[in-house]
Amino acid sequence: MELNSNVPEGPLAEKWDTHRFASKLVNPANRRKYSVIVVGTGLAGASAAATLAEQGYEVQTFCIQDSPRRAHSISAQGGINAAKNYQNDGDSIQRLFYDTIKGGDFRSREANVYRLAQVSNAIIDQCVAQGVPFAREYGGTLANRSFGGAQVSRTFYARGQTGQQLLLGAYSTLSRQIHSGKVSMYPRKEMMELVLVDGKARGIITRDIITGELERYSADAVILATGGYGNAYFLSTNAMASNVTAIWRAHKKGAGFANPCFVQIHPTCIPVHGSFQSKLTLMSESLRNDGRVWVPKQPGDTRRAGSIPEDERDYYLESKYPSFGNLVPRDVASRNAKEQCDEGKGVGTTNLAVYLDFADAIKRDGETTILKKYGNLFQMYEKITDSNPLHEPMLIYPAVHYTMGGLWVDYNLMTTIPGLFAIGECNFSDHGANRLGASALMQGLADGYFIIGTSIAHYLGSGSLDPVNTDSREFTDSELQVQERIARLLRCCDGSPEGKVTVDEIHKELGLLLWDHCGMARNKEGLEKALAELPAIQEKFWNNVFIPGTGTELNQSLERAGRLADFLEFAEIMILDALERKESCGCHLREESQTEDHEALRDDAGYSHVSVWEYQGGQSAPTLHKEQLLFENVTPSQRSYK
Amino acid sequence: MTTTSISLSLEIWRQKDSRDKGDFETYTLINISTDMSFLEMLDVLNEQLTREGKDPVAFDHDCREGICGMCGVVINGIAHGPEPETTLCQLHMRHFNDGDTLVIEPFRSRAFPIRKDLVIDRSALDRIIQAGGYVSVNTGGTPDANAIPIPAPVAELAMDAASCIGCGACVASCPNGSAMLFTGAKISQLSLLPQGHPERHKRAMAMVTTMDKEGFGNCTNERECEAVCPKGISIRNIARMNREFVRASFLS
Repeated sequence: MELNSNVPEGPLAEKWDTHRFASKLVNPANRRKYSVIVVGTGLAGASAAATLAEQGYEVQTFCIQDSPRRAHSISAQGGINAAKNYQNDGDSIQRLFYDTIKGGDFRSREANVYRLAQVSNAIIDQCVAQGVPFAREYGGTLANRSFGGAQVSRTFYARGQTGQQLLLGAYSTLSRQIHSGKVSMYPRKEMMELVLVDGKARGIITRDIITGELERYSADAVILATGGYGNAYFLSTNAMASNVTAIWRAHKKGAGFANPCFVQIHPTCIPVHGSFQSKLTLMSESLRNDGRVWVPKQPGDTRRAGSIPEDERDYYLESKYPSFGNLVPRDVASRNAKEQCDEGKGVGTTNLAVYLDFADAIKRDGETTILKKYGNLFQMYEKITDSNPLHEPMLIYPAVHYTMGGLWVDYNLMTTIPGLFAIGECNFSDHGANRLGASALMQGLADGYFIIGTSIAHYLGSGSLDPVNTDSREFTDSELQVQERIARLLRCCDGSPEGKVTVDEIHKELGLLLWDHCGMARNKEGLEKALAELPAIQEKFWNNVFIPGTGTELNQSLERAGRLADFLEFAEIMILDALERKESCGCHLREESQTEDHEALRDDAGYSHVSVWEYQGGQSAPTLHKEQLLFENVTPSQRSYK
Repeated sequence: MTTTSISLSLEIWRQKDSRDKGDFETYTLINISTDMSFLEMLDVLNEQLTREGKDPVAFDHDCREGICGMCGVVINGIAHGPEPETTLCQLHMRHFNDGDTLVIEPFRSRAFPIRKDLVIDRSALDRIIQAGGYVSVNTGGTPDANAIPIPAPVAELAMDAASCIGCGACVASCPNGSAMLFTGAKISQLSLLPQGHPERHKRAMAMVTTMDKEGFGNCTNERECEAVCPKGISIRNIARMNREFVRASFLS
C-alpha cells in the first residue's frame, strides 16, 4: 500500500493556492458528462453534493434516514470555529492552524490543517448568505464565544443548535439542487458494498430500508461522508444509526484505515444511569465558559453539593491548569474527571460523575443572561435528569463522542482506492489525536463546500474512465456478497429464539469490552485481554444472534445486526492500533507513557506518524503502514495548558 | 432524581406494510424504570418481543436528543405525548403512572403514508423545502459575513422559526392535516432575514403551492400544531406566511 500524501511543495501558506493551480480542471460544458456518488448527507455530504451539482456534475446522494435533514451533524450544539478575528483579540489563520495542530497533539498533517484554517472564514460567509441565523450582537454584527483549547473568541454559534442550523443550511442548498434535477436523492438506502472496476471506485450496492431490495448504482467517483464509528462502544453521543459499515466495506476493498484508536471521549456528558440506557447525551463544551468543574476534596463525601462549603471543594481544573482553567481541551478535561473518580471523589449515585456548577456565573451575570446563553441545554438536562442546573450543579461524566481516526486520505481527500474520497468525520485528516471543540463543523463544511470540488475535477480531468455497466461482473459479484452476508445473518433465526441472544445484548458486550480496555486510559495488559476476548464475542454473534423477520421487508433488527457485524470486525484494528501505539498522545493515553503529574507523554521519535492499516482478508492479521509526519512550520512541543 | 418502577399496558398500532390494514395489539410491560426515556421503554418491549420470537415494533428514531426530528408517535391522542415542548425521545417515563394504559399510534395524515407499524413517510415535507425553502446562492463568492448587519432581535426571531425539526407532529395534530406551521416557519425565517428578500415572492408562492399539491390541508386556527410542537414554534409564523403569500399574489 503506497501512502503518498500529495502535499504540494512550497511555503505552507501558499500550498493550497499552488495546489489549486496545479490541479486539472473539467470544462463547465463537460461536467454534466460525469457522475458522482455521495454517501451520507451530514455537513460534509450535503455540502459536497450541493456544491458538485452547482458546478455541473450529475450527483447521486444516499442517506439511511427518511430525509437528508436528519444526519447526525444536526446534533452538534456549541459552534463552528473560524479565523475571522471579528473580536480583535489576536486571532489569525496562523493561530487557528496552530491551536488545531497543537490541540491534536501534533499527530495531524500540517498542510491539511493549515488549509482548514484558510478556508474557515469563507464557511461563515457562505452560511450567512444561506440565511443561517447565527447569534448577533445588538449592533447587528456576529457574536462569538470561546471554546476549549483556545484563548481567543472565534466560535460562531446559533444558540445551542449550531449543528442544526448549519446542517439545515446545507440541506436547503442540497434541496435546491434536488429541485433543479442535478441531484438525485435516495433516502432510506444503506450502502452495503463498494464496487471497484479496474481497481477504481465505480459504484455502490445499497439496501432499500423499506423494501429490503438490493440495488446497484454506478458513477465516475464515489465520495463517502458517512461519519464516525463511536457507536462501536454501544453507548456514545452518536445517533443510534451512526455506523462504521460504509468505511469498513471500503477498507475491506483496499482503503487504508488510519489511526482507528483515536477516539475522543467528551468530558461533559450526562452520566450513565441504568443498564437500559440506549445512548449518552452531550452537554455542549460551551458550558465550560461559565460552569466551574469541581468535586469534594474528601473522597467518599456523600453530602449534597449545596452542603459542601467552598473550602472543601476541589476546583481541580482551575488549580491544575491556571491559564486555561475549565477550558482545557477535551482529552485533558476527560482524563482529569476519570482521575478524580478513580480517587473516590466522584459524585452522584454511581460515583462516576463530577459537578459542573453555574452558581458563581449566575451570581455574576444573573439568571437571565445565563439562560439566554444555555437555556436550551439546561432544559434538555432537566428533561433527562429531572434536576434544574439553576439550583443544583450539573452532574457530568465523559462519554465517547467523536472519532479522529478514519479512512486514510491524501491532500486531495482521496483514499488509497483511486476514485474513492472520504470527507468529514469518516476521514482521519485534520484533528490528529484530539479534536478541538467547534472544529468538526468547520472540517465537514470545509471538505464539502471548498475542497472536494477541486479534488473531483482533478481526478476526473486527469485520465479517461471507461464506461461501466451495473450488469457487469463486478456489480453482480458485489451484490452477491451482500446477499450472502444477509443470508448468513438470518441463518440462525429459524425456529425458536431459545438459547439465542439479541443484537443489542452482543453490542453491549462489545461496548463494555472496548470502554473498559480501549477507552479513556489504555495499557498493554488490558488491550491484550480485549484482543483475546474479542473472538468469543464475534463467534457468539455469528452462532447465536436471533433476528426476527426476513431480509425483504423493513427489518430494523437486521439493520442493526449488519452494522454490529462490521463493528465486531472493526474493533480488532482499533485495539491493535491502540496496542501498537505505545506512546500517549491526545485522546490516546497509554498508562505506560505518562509524565510525573499524569499528563500524556508523547514519543515523537517513535510515533510521529499516521498508522495506516491494510486489510489482509480476515484470515491473516492486518498489516501496518506508516505515513511519517513532517513538521516544517511548527515545533511539536509537550502540550501544556497550565 | 428518585427512581421507581411502573407497569404499563400498551396498545400499539401494528401494520405490516403500506398495503396492510393494520390494527392495535396489546402488550404488558412490568418493571419499567421511571428514568427511562419513552424510546428506551420501546427498546425494552422490542427486546422482550424478540426473545419471544415475535416481530418487534418498527419505529423511527435516531439522535435521541430531540433535534433530528426522526422520532414521533401519538400517545393517547397527543403527538409526542403529554409533556409540552418535548420530543418523544426526550419524554421520560417519570411522567406516567403505574398501571397506565398507553395507546400508541403513528403520526397519521393523508400526506404521510404508513410504511410499517409506527414508521411513516414524511418526504412530502422535503418536497415543500425543495420547492423554495432556500436562498439561491452557490458556494463561493459570498460577501463578508458581517457586511449586512442584522439586528439581534430579528436574528432571534428568525432563529425561533428556524428551530423547526421537521418531525411532522403539527401535521398529525391538525384536524385538516395542514403543514402550515412547518411551511410558515421556513418562510418566516427567510423573510425575516435580508438574505431571503430577493426571492421572497417566488418562495412563498412555490412553497404554498407545493404544500397544497402534496395533499396537506389548510389552517383554520385550531392551534393544535402549536400545542404539540416540540420546539414551541408559534402560529405567528403562519400569519407571517399568509402575509408573504398575499403580498406575493399582488406583487408578482
